[in-house]
Amino acid sequence: MFSPADIVTIPFGDWVNEFVRGFLVPNFRGFFQTIEVPVEFVMEWLNSFFNWVPMVVFTLVMALIAWRTAGKANAIFAIIALAFVDMIQLWGDTMTTLAMVLTAVVFCAIVGVPVGILAAGSDRFLKVIRPILDIMQTIPSFVYLVPIVMLFGVGSVPGVIATIIFALPPIIRLTNLGIRQVPEDLVEAAESFGSTRWQKLIDVQLPLAMRTIMAGLNQTLMLALSMSVIAALIGAGGLGLVVNTGLGRLDVGRATAGGVGIVIIAIILDRITQGLAERKQVHTTSLWQTLRGFFQSSSSSAKEKQLAEKAG
Amino acid sequence: MAEKLSVRNVYKIFGGDVDTALSQLENGETKETIFAETGMTVGVQDANFTVNEGEIFVIMGLSGSGKSTLVRMLNGLIEPSSGEILIDGDDVAKADTNKLRKIRRSKLAMVFQHFALFPHKTVADNVAYGLKVKGVGRSERRERALKALGQVGLRPHADTYTSELSGGMQQRVGLARGLATESDILLMDEPFSALDPLIRRDMQGELLELQRSLQKTIIFITHDLDEALILGDRIAIMKDGRIVQTGTARQIVDEPADDYVAAFTQDIDRARVLTAETAAVEPEALRYGEATVGEALRRMEELDRNALFVTDNGKPVGVVAYRDLVADGHDREAKLADERMCTDFPTVPHGTSLRDLYGFASSGLPIGIVSDEGKLDRVVEARALFGQLATSPEEEQAAAERSGHDPAQGQAATA
Ligand SMILES: Nc1ncnc2c1ncn2[C@@H]1O[C@H](COP(=O)(O)OP(=O)(O)OP(=O)(O)O)[C@@H](O)[C@H]1O
Ligand SMILES: [Mg+2]
Repeated sequence: MFSPADIVTIPFGDWVNEFVRGFLVPNFRGFFQTIEVPVEFVMEWLNSFFNWVPMVVFTLVMALIAWRTAGKANAIFAIIALAFVDMIQLWGDTMTTLAMVLTAVVFCAIVGVPVGILAAGSDRFLKVIRPILDIMQTIPSFVYLVPIVMLFGVGSVPGVIATIIFALPPIIRLTNLGIRQVPEDLVEAAESFGSTRWQKLIDVQLPLAMRTIMAGLNQTLMLALSMSVIAALIGAGGLGLVVNTGLGRLDVGRATAGGVGIVIIAIILDRITQGLAERKQVHTTSLWQTLRGFFQSSSSSAKEKQLAEKAG
Repeated sequence: MAEKLSVRNVYKIFGGDVDTALSQLENGETKETIFAETGMTVGVQDANFTVNEGEIFVIMGLSGSGKSTLVRMLNGLIEPSSGEILIDGDDVAKADTNKLRKIRRSKLAMVFQHFALFPHKTVADNVAYGLKVKGVGRSERRERALKALGQVGLRPHADTYTSELSGGMQQRVGLARGLATESDILLMDEPFSALDPLIRRDMQGELLELQRSLQKTIIFITHDLDEALILGDRIAIMKDGRIVQTGTARQIVDEPADDYVAAFTQDIDRARVLTAETAAVEPEALRYGEATVGEALRRMEELDRNALFVTDNGKPVGVVAYRDLVADGHDREAKLADERMCTDFPTVPHGTSLRDLYGFASSGLPIGIVSDEGKLDRVVEARALFGQLATSPEEEQAAAERSGHDPAQGQAATA
């Protein structure tokens, strides 16, 4: 049977190798290594912090956050689930994974929110980045690993960088969407009073887009967690490594334990970030605001009373 | 009167090739043919008008006639395709971003049809928005916002969120936001269209009342002729992006420039038939030299009126307004003296047609109906005038009969 390969074969793999090894690596190695510096710094810091905080303290703080953002039931879940993680002896790995995931999310937010804002402000820019985002989301996550290893080597930091790239699209997309969804007449109102672009962004667009942006952050977080097993293939530690070694040794129990740890973190963080997103919708007055409002209204009503007395 | 705003030969074409459309317009092609041939929309064509300081200038027209486009060009939200828009001599159309921002901050404020309030801010912070943008400090901002809220009667709601307010109250916040910056010009794009008729009437009356003391230059957009006639010192009527007539309420009704305007004003004939008495109420006047400030305020509160006539031996000598009395000295025992009264008040003889009251209503004061001897018999409140226009023909007939006037007869007389 005839096939096109009989006539011509294309050395595609060689071309890519040539491009990466011959061009990217020699020319941009320095650039890529400087990217590593802040990522490594944040991750190391978070990792040693989480591993330093006593388990009980950490659990209580998480429970408190969950309680404030997502309600009592979620707080109780957080306590039980984290205790379970400790009892299956995965506390340290869990903290490492958490540090990696949070590092990735922090950088996704630092990069993604501004890019999303730019995309919301320019149709042309959106047209350029949309296919890139599509590609980023459709490429199987394994495929990232090859160029990452070539450019950054192996270890936790390259693992986090792969995670950042994989988890970046939702926050960009939803920041863009959130800002575009701000009602036109509110934007017009801001402009009609002479706002600068910056004033409009800070005071009107971002607050009104916050709910959608938080939803994007939630998705980014979940993607980052899902990447933790794959990142472990290139030397990242934490629960992903537990799963991988478990699988490698056909130790189903250990692999499952690692998986359960990841799921537990996912559930807790998901609830908290969803709670945050929902809370943005209603104006819950904080304790501080309530107190301030109390003093303001009492002082102004006192003033009014004085006026009335003078009048009467 | 000083000229505040001047619009000269302003065009707005939506779509790519503006020059082609402009030359097609010059060749006398219509909005429809240009749209059919090129897909470009003519928003506004050859708009020319000037607005004087302290005047309410109403722009009226059907949906799609280009009112919003025109008013948005005045503060640069839409950039004109050609022409000049001069505010105190500065051309908005040619201003760069910085200049435009300066003009917006200092000279223009806008009130929107659907309020456009910020849902994430409290009422006071909404009102203070324009001040915040200008860089006014926090405490001064709050003070000025509260003052503006006081003007629209919403001071107690300063610290609630806008979603908790009714439509009428929300638009008061919108109005207060426009007032807080103390800019000279207020642009109002169908501000009352989204409100219930009753509330709309209240707001119209209140705007006139406010305008009496503020003397702002107001550009007011509406598609409602009654609103236009009563609020407007002058009215421009738009059709297909073109201003077809500019004039006072009387000129528009008496000398419509073309059939389009005439069709608009047809309905208003009923106002020609009805006399002022249909909308009149007891004067409840205060006696000059006897009544005190406190008494005047109490009476107005009881009667739910904004102003009352003061009479001397039955003859009107002035009008006192609630707002003025509350604003100035707090001595409630003082007698109503000349300096507390507005002596430039409108009166008309018996039998005046409702339509002829339009011009007076924009003063925001009640209109007195005086007998031949000059005695005050009845008064017409601006609010009541809106009420008359908003009622259906049947009710109107009943009202006319009550006042001892047969509308059919009147119609026959005018026909
Ligand atoms: N951004 C735009 N792009 C294209 N066409 C537009 C745009 N804005 C307005 N138009 C067109 O310009 C014309 C005038 O619209 P405009 O909104 O000024 O009318 P309007 O008198 O305010 O009507 P309404 O009473 O419905 O508010 C309409 O034909 C409208 O379709
Ligand atoms: Mg409009």
